[in-house]
Amino acid sequence: MSAPALKNPALKNPALKNSLQLDDAPLLSVRGLSRNYGARIGCADVSFQLYPGEVLGIVGESGSGKSTLLSCLAGLQRPDTGEVIFATANGPQDVLTLPEAARRRLMRTDWAFVHQNPRDGLRMGVSAGGNVGERLMAVGARHYGQIRAEAIDWLGRVEIGPDRIDDRPRQFSGGMQQRLQIARNLVTGPRLVFMDEPTGGLDVSVQARLLDLLRGLVRQMGLSAIIVTHDLAVVRLLADRLMVMKDGHVVEQGLTDQVLDDPQHAYTQLLVSSVLQV
Amino acid sequence: MIEIDNVSKHFTLHNQGSASINVMRGASLSVAPGECVGLTGASGAGKSTLMRMIWGNYLTDAGAIRVAGLDVASAAPRQIIALRRQTLGYVSQFLRVVPRVPTLDVVAEPLLALGTPEAEAQARAADLLARLNIPRRLWALSPTTFSGGEQQRVNIARGFVHAFPALLLDEPTASLDAANREVVLALIEEAKARGAAIVGIFHDEAARERVCDRLVDLREFSPKAAA
Repeated sequence: MSAPALKNPALKNPALKNSLQLDDAPLLSVRGLSRNYGARIGCADVSFQLYPGEVLGIVGESGSGKSTLLSCLAGLQRPDTGEVIFATANGPQDVLTLPEAARRRLMRTDWAFVHQNPRDGLRMGVSAGGNVGERLMAVGARHYGQIRAEAIDWLGRVEIGPDRIDDRPRQFSGGMQQRLQIARNLVTGPRLVFMDEPTGGLDVSVQARLLDLLRGLVRQMGLSAIIVTHDLAVVRLLADRLMVMKDGHVVEQGLTDQVLDDPQHAYTQLLVSSVLQV
Repeated sequence: MIEIDNVSKHFTLHNQGSASINVMRGASLSVAPGECVGLTGASGAGKSTLMRMIWGNYLTDAGAIRVAGLDVASAAPRQIIALRRQTLGYVSQFLRVVPRVPTLDVVAEPLLALGTPEAEAQARAADLLARLNIPRRLWALSPTTFSGGEQQRVNIARGFVHAFPALLLDEPTASLDAANREVVLALIEEAKARGAAIVGIFHDEAARERVCDRLVDLREFSPKAAA
């Protein structure tokens, strides 16, 4: 499945500029991020950098703190300590100290969040076209014809036919709902996308199609993404880099195929060796 | 182009009594542009291990592995990603692709990642697939359903679609018939002629004789020999 060419040339892949002398600045720098739930550790002292065009996978079993980390990064939860520095149009800024209005604007424009359950990321009572158009209106689009045209274009990119534009998401299959959620999130051309188990709960054949779609979008739009999943096969195909979490701590990180093929930490070795052959 | 300097490698198996296995010590090797070096030694001698250390999916304990000036042993992940996109190609024995993606797109992908226009990338992919005798009617299908030999040729097409200055070839002629083996050997010779530095593993002795300028026996670098 290949998505049609982008209309906006500004969305051309910035990663292509990377030569072996990589002098670009990180898009996101996370330092010492911690979040506790009472005496329990959610995530502890997490630090990493994400560069333009990079896809970072976060893996670990249920309860390892990967979803806590993701929601702290995306501003859905407030961490106890730490910094989340994002390269905004006005230079690097700690999003945790931004005024609420500025943070919300950032989340609408530069950031996107794809939830595991499409119901958490879609308005189920609003048409498919409305779901996509709403994001555009939130960033200032007002011309009805243009919004509808853009919505049809994006539905096409995620392989939802124009005849379904007026249908509501609850009339869609799970895989279609997930693709609609992706269209709703990407229509505004964000630079950073957070994804929580984007292929979880889908049939493997639907998963494959979604993976291909995500890979194409990452390449064409130069998106950076942080993907939380417990599926090692998914991160092998999607992520450039991998972070392994256990009990709230990052126990290992590196190039995805290095972490999977030559895991150093006991827990990663266990995780990799427990997978049915992929 | 590829400079391996005194590298060593061990594995620690934490879940198997923390066994520590030394697999390589003091390995050094240099490959110039236009040169093909064959790795030899019995199974388990460390041929694939060394190749993976150059590719960067195995960590290197000590020493340096410089590819086009970048020390893979100490480079940041994103430097290795850029190296793999532009400079270093790898034909492994296994084809790993997103299911359901057409063969033509699988082969064109390394070019698309470099920003080559889609039509040009697909034309180049089509040329290679035709040359490697993959029937045109299969190009729109995913290679996951192909036979072993067909998958191997798709993998080779993917590795040769961009003119990588450095190439790693793991048994590129295994499971191929005589005609296709000939095509692959010609591709290797053409890559050498345009100046690619190649490290290869060939169990096919005649192929090794024909394309390798030098052979390096990995047993020289086994920790037991050094001890």
